[in-house]
Amino acid sequence: MSQKIKKFLDKFGYTRIIIILFLIMLFIAAFALELQTDSLISGILNRAGMNMILTLAMVPSIQSGTGLNFGLSVGILCGVLGAVLSIAMDLTGWQAFLIANGLGIVFAIIAGYIYGLLLNRVKTQEMLIGTYAGFSVVSGMCMFWILAPFKSPKMIWPYGGRGLRVTVSLEDTFDKILNNFLLREYNGIEVPWGLYAYIILLCLAVWLFSRSKTGIAMQTAGSNPRFAESCGINVDGMRIIGTILSTVLGAMGILVYAQSYGFLQLYNAPLYMAFPAVAAILIGGASVHKASIAHVIIGTFLFQALLVVALPVTNAVLPEGNLSEVVRIIISNGIIVYALTRIGGGE
Amino acid sequence: MMGKQSSWNIKKTVSTNIVPVVFTVLCLVGAIIAEASPFFLLSSVITRLARNLLLVFSLIIPVVTGLGLNFGIVLGAMAAQIALIAVVHWNITGLGGFTVAALLSVPISILFGWLTGKVLNKAKGNEMITSMMLGFFANGLYQLLFLFILGGVIPMKNDTIMLPSGIGIKNTVSLKGLKYALDNVIMISHDSLAIPVFTFIITALLALAIRFLLQTKLGQELRCVGQDMNIAATSGIDVDKMRIIAVILSTVLAAWGQLIHLQNIGILQTYGSHEQVGLFAVASILIGGASVTKATIGQAVLGTFLFHLLFIISPMAGQKLVGEPQVGEYFRAFVAYGVIGVSLGLHAWQKQQARKNKLEDI
Repeated sequence: MSQKIKKFLDKFGYTRIIIILFLIMLFIAAFALELQTDSLISGILNRAGMNMILTLAMVPSIQSGTGLNFGLSVGILCGVLGAVLSIAMDLTGWQAFLIANGLGIVFAIIAGYIYGLLLNRVKTQEMLIGTYAGFSVVSGMCMFWILAPFKSPKMIWPYGGRGLRVTVSLEDTFDKILNNFLLREYNGIEVPWGLYAYIILLCLAVWLFSRSKTGIAMQTAGSNPRFAESCGINVDGMRIIGTILSTVLGAMGILVYAQSYGFLQLYNAPLYMAFPAVAAILIGGASVHKASIAHVIIGTFLFQALLVVALPVTNAVLPEGNLSEVVRIIISNGIIVYALTRIGGGE
Repeated sequence: MMGKQSSWNIKKTVSTNIVPVVFTVLCLVGAIIAEASPFFLLSSVITRLARNLLLVFSLIIPVVTGLGLNFGIVLGAMAAQIALIAVVHWNITGLGGFTVAALLSVPISILFGWLTGKVLNKAKGNEMITSMMLGFFANGLYQLLFLFILGGVIPMKNDTIMLPSGIGIKNTVSLKGLKYALDNVIMISHDSLAIPVFTFIITALLALAIRFLLQTKLGQELRCVGQDMNIAATSGIDVDKMRIIAVILSTVLAAWGQLIHLQNIGILQTYGSHEQVGLFAVASILIGGASVTKATIGQAVLGTFLFHLLFIISPMAGQKLVGEPQVGEYFRAFVAYGVIGVSLGLHAWQKQQARKNKLEDI
């Protein structure tokens, strides 16, 4: 019996259990402190939807065998660039959102291809090299943001200062375009159906792809490259497809994030954006070698719920300082360290 | 024939040292664009060398032991800062205060190094990214300690370094009593040129100690582990223990390095001083021509020199080129990240190539 329980625990993952216990504790504290549950739940739904696509971007990269995509910021920058261009073209509403996505996807395909070529040359060290590739692209783009000759008054400093603003308001472009689409309220709980429809659509697309012939070949290349090669699958090509898909989802993900947030963040903001996405999918139960849509959904909800509930609870207990931010740093990075020590093998 | 021989030699020297050569050229071009005075550059670089050399040296032992570049030296820096806060709290100043901090940082950094080593032993083959993530993770615990536990759980009273609420340490802590504590023991100054001779002597002694250590039996065992863990294990070396020892030594050296750094700067950014330590040290040693598997004192010195020269020059060059010093600052961040990415990438590629050749041979 005890062995059975241990087996179940092993399979379910200790990290997930710890996170769930922690979350239950926070919820009890929230009730005890009489915090507004409806606004907390609305917050969780909103934050989870905001981050879901960025977490989803981890799936193709894990499935194709390049591991967690620590260089997600490459894709994120493609999306941001698409949005900046659509603002520069003075587009608004759905048109702006769609054009931003279209341009972002095109950039992401090109960038993802190059990034994939790079990752194919550094097998077994993809995550390390990916991290620094992402970091250097972000700081390289910082120079672009400051030097680019954009003229749109929505993006440049009102007076003085050169280059684009650090945060660009999306108020007149596509602020909350998905969030407000089919937004319904039930007893004070806001459910952004439009946002979730979009997420489900993308999750479904990734799931369908993983069932397609190319998708299955890609997963084989990821889980057992030698076997895949003997079956005549082009392993390197499949890894490039996985990287491109991950980069494209990163570009689309940041646009979802930005429309929900209401601002486009330039300069150093994308530097660490890959880490919460990595942490979320790991909390969901994924490993460096295995990931599914379920991991994405569970992980993003758990992680974001934790962050949303922790903030008011810790503020009520300790009004000074930013304990919830510290808790976030410890949990998200701790989870990543734990996952890295579980890869095993080595050389 | 003689001429041909020597020209071939130059070509070989250049190609094996391509990274430092490229950065020397970059620095020269930048200096010409910025129209910087050589005297100004030299004096600023000397200050920065004294500040940073020991931190860069602390990377050497783990490289030799095959752990790659230890981004986890951030934990050593944290140990140093914990010791510094204690010394400032007890109000011990001058060289005595510095010595107490140096001694106090040893047990803390041994503990941190031991824990880091334990974790890295579980992540063989992925040590570098694990050590980097471990640094981020430890940063969270560090903030927990300094923002909430001090004054919150552990009673501590000090109006000058603690936040008004009595819980947590202020963002910036003045190290007035410790500023130049080590530098001023022997300092040669002339006009605006100041050479902290004593700090250089201490750093050089520690460099010699590293070199000596690598010649001893322990050093040979460390190197053996670095070359091949399996062979080391079959010849009776406790591989995991050797790796932990290497990380502990690295962490202790990094803690001292951070103390030297901060006594020169004179201000402790409680939540920021340690964050970039790993990044800058790793970028420095790589610019000097080191790799994941090979690093020497000479490379560390050359790399630190070039990296900080570039650090000083690039905002100036950015100002001259496009009238915007910010561009230069972004450029140097780009260089720091880029050089790490490129050289680690090249190394991984060569290893992959070697593996392929080995497979084909079989």
